[in-house]
Amino acid sequence: MPYIPHTPEQTQEMLKVVGVASLEALFQDIPASMRPRSFNLPDGMSEHAVCARLEELARANKTDVISFLGGGFYDHHIPAIVDALSSRGEFLTAYTPYQAEASQGSLQAIFEYQTAVCRLLDMDCANASVYDGGSALFEACMMAVRATKRSRLVVDECLSPIYRTMLATYTTNLQLELVTVPHGGGVSNVQALVDAMDDRTAAMVVQNPTFFGTIHDYTALFAQAKAKGVVSVLAAYPVLQSILKTPGQMGADVAVAEGQSLGLPLSFGGPYLGIMTCSRDLVRQMPGRIVGRTVDHQGRTGYVLTLQAREQHIRRAKATSNICSNQALCAFRAYVTLCVLGPQGLARMAEDAVDKAHYAATRLAALPGVRLLADAPFGNEFAVVLPKNAHEVVDKCASRGLVPGFPLGGYYAGMEHVLLVACTEKTSREQIGHLAEMVGGML
Amino acid sequence: MRTIFAKSVPGRAGTLPDAPAAPAAAHLPQDLLRPAAPRLPEVSELDVMRHVSELSRRNFGVDTNFYPLGSCTMKYNPRFMEYVASLDGFTKLHPLMAQLRGAGHFTQGALEVLYETERLLCEITGMAAFTLHPMAGAHGELTGVMCIAAYHRDKGNHKTKVICPDSAHGTNPATAALAGYDVVNIASVDGMIDPEHLENALDDDVAAVMMTCPNTLGLFEHHLDRIVALTHAKDALLYYDGANLNAILGKMRVGDVGFDVVHLNLHKTFATPHGAGGPGAGPVGVAERLAPFLPISRVVKLKDGRFFLDYDYPKSIGYMAPFYGNFGVVLKAYAYILRQGREGLTRVSEYAVLNANYMRKRLESHVEIPYDRICMHEFVASAVAQAKRGVKALDVAKALLDKGHHAPTVYFPLIVKECLMFEPTETESRETLDRFVDDLIDILTLAESDPAALQHAPHTTPVGRLDETKAARDMILTDDA
Ligand SMILES: Cc1ncc(COP(=O)(O)O)c(C=O)c1O
Repeated sequence: MPYIPHTPEQTQEMLKVVGVASLEALFQDIPASMRPRSFNLPDGMSEHAVCARLEELARANKTDVISFLGGGFYDHHIPAIVDALSSRGEFLTAYTPYQAEASQGSLQAIFEYQTAVCRLLDMDCANASVYDGGSALFEACMMAVRATKRSRLVVDECLSPIYRTMLATYTTNLQLELVTVPHGGGVSNVQALVDAMDDRTAAMVVQNPTFFGTIHDYTALFAQAKAKGVVSVLAAYPVLQSILKTPGQMGADVAVAEGQSLGLPLSFGGPYLGIMTCSRDLVRQMPGRIVGRTVDHQGRTGYVLTLQAREQHIRRAKATSNICSNQALCAFRAYVTLCVLGPQGLARMAEDAVDKAHYAATRLAALPGVRLLADAPFGNEFAVVLPKNAHEVVDKCASRGLVPGFPLGGYYAGMEHVLLVACTEKTSREQIGHLAEMVGGML
Repeated sequence: MRTIFAKSVPGRAGTLPDAPAAPAAAHLPQDLLRPAAPRLPEVSELDVMRHVSELSRRNFGVDTNFYPLGSCTMKYNPRFMEYVASLDGFTKLHPLMAQLRGAGHFTQGALEVLYETERLLCEITGMAAFTLHPMAGAHGELTGVMCIAAYHRDKGNHKTKVICPDSAHGTNPATAALAGYDVVNIASVDGMIDPEHLENALDDDVAAVMMTCPNTLGLFEHHLDRIVALTHAKDALLYYDGANLNAILGKMRVGDVGFDVVHLNLHKTFATPHGAGGPGAGPVGVAERLAPFLPISRVVKLKDGRFFLDYDYPKSIGYMAPFYGNFGVVLKAYAYILRQGREGLTRVSEYAVLNANYMRKRLESHVEIPYDRICMHEFVASAVAQAKRGVKALDVAKALLDKGHHAPTVYFPLIVKECLMFEPTETESRETLDRFVDDLIDILTLAESDPAALQHAPHTTPVGRLDETKAARDMILTDDA
């Protein structure tokens, strides 16, 4: 019996102790009328057979392509130590650290994770993670709604369309007004964002770099927000954050990020990591687990889950969120990644990716009829306008084993010709050469 | 133990990538750049390895200790599942690849995993359709309740309330509130939902009744038939919190008995590891009439056997996840279901229930068990008698840590005073259960003779009981605070 250690004799002895004649008798409370109408599952398989089946399915995916896909989710190198440490059973097979004395390892790791992401984003407080960057943005908006007791959310159209559709879904039943301020050709229209704020506005939501890869300084916008009593929310990109002006410096009240770029494989969409940080005055509005430092009765330093009065297991319907399980092991991987790369390693990763993206942009923009969408600073990702439908170009290139980027026509009306191209430190100049040649050949 | 930041040595580097050909300043104006590098630890790779290995020794996990934490299903996590989820063909797959028209053939294996997992979960639960997008149980609850809200809106119903029994997990009422509903609590009677109370609370404003069955006391609801009939008579829907599905695999299917929506915790019933708090996965199954409201995208199998993502569901609630859910977790659960098969899954429930009842029987003469009858996969004891002598449930829990066992759940369910909620799971041997019960009996005996001895437990852990009040007051949430 896979993973069930009972011998037949033990089963009989245990049934006797319980006082029933058979395993089936343990289910006497379920009347015959409620028994399954069918339970038509396949027979079990050996470990070998299951692995072989999944290996076959894995092979049915094509991953040996040259890819310039990004869109907020990037193929950065994952140091081998990350897998080595995150597969340790002491972390992998633990539950949420409710029993602090038996969970100091997890708790201190989360505390150090909180410290690391706060230092990266230049913010005061972090939680132990939420599901992903999109749910982090929603939770950030809800923090703003509670803190301001206002109900209007102003969102930059440069914010990832993936997050904007998630925000629209999550707010469906909450009597919140979602206002989207159109982008100005791949950059934020800061004046329009300022004008969109009124005295009912709870949050101003922007992203840096934007979905188009462009880089902004939102300091002035956030100052205006502050003056109007609006909470400023910034979505960041952790790897690039090692070199970019920080959310804290710009005056953001809440900074969130998709943490995938820190040690998490792309893995077809998850599990990823919602990083959430905020200024100290908003910490009681923060959802999810938060670890704090304290002492035991002998004065020894230790860590506990704290400020739990915000959470569902205490406050039930009045909690700041319904979140219970989070993405702890993903946060752990991000923590190990940040430690082992250190400030130098992370900055090298970022600078190399930025340098290569600029090389790629130069090569693509040199093709006839191709131009950059925005004349603005960008990081490791940029949007180019092709003389042709970008979807068609991508499809043709893909069939030859190179995915030149993501076509934006499905996400932005009128952008049928726009291609979003991302590089990481793993991209080679040779691959960029292929990219330029292949795209050039299609035009 | 010092933090990794305290071990930082300026100038020391860990695992460095190649230096860039040109610095960022060559491409970006200075005022968009960070004036100083983030103060991340400057340590060697070995420093990280030693530090984190030392942290790991300060943790209990299923791999190291018996972990009978009620409602959490801390069963063994078979390692072939980790292997499966680490295959390059899955980990290297960019989620946007599936949204490129011309690259549909790049992701066929992954889409087949999603499709097949949905199909298997439908058969396991008797539901008509599943989404794998929700990223944890509570996220599944939100998805499910939002589908319910969309259903009522579509029908022109104006419903404002959701009923939760007082035994419900905290996420149930919190979810209903997050979906815009007022929460109505109903009191349990004899550990069960009382049909009279339910009937009184059920009016035309009720959108849904959320229930857990077996409930959080580990008891199978006696009045399920009536609850279903009463709820449906008001055009309200029945939500099943499937965190306890591991008790009824092959014994009852929630779809067959009339539930409209269910979420499952793959990180409980289907043995994916909890990872010290996550990630999990909380797929949601629905009855036919709710299928149009499920989140998009949905995986469809074409006549020629190929799979594709379909976004054309105009009544869908929209996007709960950036892509297709916690795919890596779904993969592990899929592998586990294939490994166990029909008989294996049925056995999971049988032995989970056997182990719980065996522990209950062995303990019943030593501690009060408020609802002492055949239980399902878990049961709840009460330390009220011990508390009168000054030994609270929490003290018992801490004393168990000293014996090398993880504690049971003590903060929930709220309807039992001084509760101790035990869930042994099917993967534990009789010897482990006996050792645990013997140790617990020793503790309960000590509670009679020397209560003070327990009030300061644990003694063998890296730290003793921690000052939670101080933590909340000082709010030291980072190494910089
Ligand atoms: C009965 C019950 N419902 C819901 C949940 C929430 O699940 P999750 O932690 O995955 O969000 C849990 C788990 O803690 C539970 O035990």
